[in-house]
Amino acid sequence: MSDTLMTPQDIDADLYRSVEQNGPGFYYVAAGFIAIIVFGLYRYYLQVKYGLGVTGMNQPVTWGFYIINFVFFIGISHAGTLISAILRLTQAEWRRPITRMAEVITAIVLVIGGLHPILDLGRPERMFNLLKWGRLQSPLLWDVVSITAYFAASTVYLYLPLIPDIARLRDRGTRPQWLYKLISWNYQGTPRQQEVLHKAMNVLMIVVIPVAVSVHTVISYIFAMTLEAGWHSTIFGPYFVAGAIFSGIAALMVVMIVFRRVYHLERYLKQIHFSNLSRLMLVMAIFWFYLTFSEYLTGFFGSEPAELDVMMFKLTGPYAVPFWLMIFFNFVLPVALLSRERTRTIPVILIVSIGICIGMWIERLIIVVPSLTIPYVDYPYHPYWPSLTEISLFAAALSAFCLGFMIFARFFPLISVWEIEEGRRNAVRETSERIASYLPDPPPSDDLSEFSSPGGV
Amino acid sequence: MNDIQDGLAERRWGMVIDLDRCTGCGACVAACKVENNIPEVDPSEAKIGRVMHWIRIAKHEEKDPKHGDIRTYPALCYHCGNAPCTMVCPVHATYIGIDGIVGQTYSRCIGCRYCMAACPYTVKVFNWFEPKWSPELRDHTNPDVSLRYAGVVEKCTFCSHRLLAARDDAACAGRDVQEQDYQPACAEVCPAQAIAFGDLKDSDSTVARSARSPRAHYLLEELGTHPAVIYLNEREHRV
Repeated sequence: MSDTLMTPQDIDADLYRSVEQNGPGFYYVAAGFIAIIVFGLYRYYLQVKYGLGVTGMNQPVTWGFYIINFVFFIGISHAGTLISAILRLTQAEWRRPITRMAEVITAIVLVIGGLHPILDLGRPERMFNLLKWGRLQSPLLWDVVSITAYFAASTVYLYLPLIPDIARLRDRGTRPQWLYKLISWNYQGTPRQQEVLHKAMNVLMIVVIPVAVSVHTVISYIFAMTLEAGWHSTIFGPYFVAGAIFSGIAALMVVMIVFRRVYHLERYLKQIHFSNLSRLMLVMAIFWFYLTFSEYLTGFFGSEPAELDVMMFKLTGPYAVPFWLMIFFNFVLPVALLSRERTRTIPVILIVSIGICIGMWIERLIIVVPSLTIPYVDYPYHPYWPSLTEISLFAAALSAFCLGFMIFARFFPLISVWEIEEGRRNAVRETSERIASYLPDPPPSDDLSEFSSPGGV
Repeated sequence: MNDIQDGLAERRWGMVIDLDRCTGCGACVAACKVENNIPEVDPSEAKIGRVMHWIRIAKHEEKDPKHGDIRTYPALCYHCGNAPCTMVCPVHATYIGIDGIVGQTYSRCIGCRYCMAACPYTVKVFNWFEPKWSPELRDHTNPDVSLRYAGVVEKCTFCSHRLLAARDDAACAGRDVQEQDYQPACAEVCPAQAIAFGDLKDSDSTVARSARSPRAHYLLEELGTHPAVIYLNEREHRV
């Protein structure tokens, strides 16, 4: 079946809007983001020139914004692939308009997050020592390995389901034709091609889940493997993964709501999608709180002096405001607003999602900085404040994310067209067949003579 | 466990600091600074936590006013036998040397500062900027100690350049390096003779005997880092 040609394409013309109809608005917005990125790069140039002293880091707070943002962005990257893979794997039919955006977030954010440790290096030109002299015993090397694997898996996982859509763009004559011709690999939608594509996607969606889990687990190990009070905790692996999925869903929601508005995708991204995702987000909020509670209660109950010092520094000390803001954004607000159908409206979800993104960023701050500020030994107190360099590079990273997303949308549909078509064509039948298969088999009934007693009347 | 603890290494250089003798005068700090070409830091930078010392006089203030005293003690790299910094280094830039001295290879360090975050004693320092010295000092740097540059981590080496020189001298004389051949600058200069230095593996050495004293204790012993720096303290409160 050549599904690139048979379907009337006009029904889904809206989905090509971002690719085929571009006003000057695109360039104005892009220029704004590029300006922020260029300024950030200029500050980074100064950092390379003069040294890491241009940041706000010091002794003992040797890690700051760069590592916080590293953990934060890599966390966001779990939106994507993990959510999309899980939804595909569980055959959740409502996934169809969501998966593509989730996968794009992953790919872009992973690049941005993965660059952050390099921003943090005192001697970035020696980065390749990691390959030349790398010690696999160091958690940093685990990170290099697992982020690389995740990046490879998730870009392929983004690209494969994109191929039929690229073929559609090629057949529609959308420019630049050479690009679509090149990267559609002559996909024609033949049964053989579809079979191979589906097989590859099925393998990848399973592979990508453990890889994604490993990524944030290993990032948590950077902290958990040290002896620092507040870091040295066995719960950190699952805690980071849960937080990553949580912030990932929130970021996905923000992106979906914004681009739904910008590219008029209201017909595809409906209330039900947001409602379902926000239920998932609510579950993650409660799960996140449970893990946070466990982590803090064990520290508090054990009352180990160093642990308690760090904890009180967070709960009642200089980090009390961010700490309680984090609890508010990550737990109170979602539980209060997402529990009821009545308040699960799109504007409310947008606010809650932005709140969770902020809250999860604060969570990373609360993990990284206070433990370093309060070391075991007697050391002069030096609070950490980010410098202009760190703030502008944070802004640049956020802009790079938006810009990357815009550029993607400029060349590819943000919603998987072929999966929508497939859904329209097959989903109802397949789902009813599936549901029918869940139903109990008819009883071996006595009054059906042909099945029951051979001697019956 | 590495060979420092299981007895394969012949020596383990260690230091005993007698806090009952230490006056907190800071002579060790000054001597270290000069000996190891430690750069000068602007007061404005020092104030925000970029001060560079390989040994410093740490101040311990008792939270409970009942005990209300401030105690000082010299804090330096503890050259742990089970060193958390060496375990996390991604590029083998910090390592435990054969004599138990924890070394730092400046030319390989990528400046990720993971070792600083992992060190429970917070003794490592970072070159936040290109290091600088006042002209008088710049012209009289110790030629035996390499000058560092921006973006790398550094810390106390137990004046290992002196060990290298002592080894060479001993080799010329056709013998092994002896305890008396080698003293770090801080131990040498201490006016109260509070700092003793020697081989912890030689059970007759001053340091090994002091380490067995009931006054002896290790900083953060409970973490299991096996420091090579031992404090002696008569008082009820340690360090």
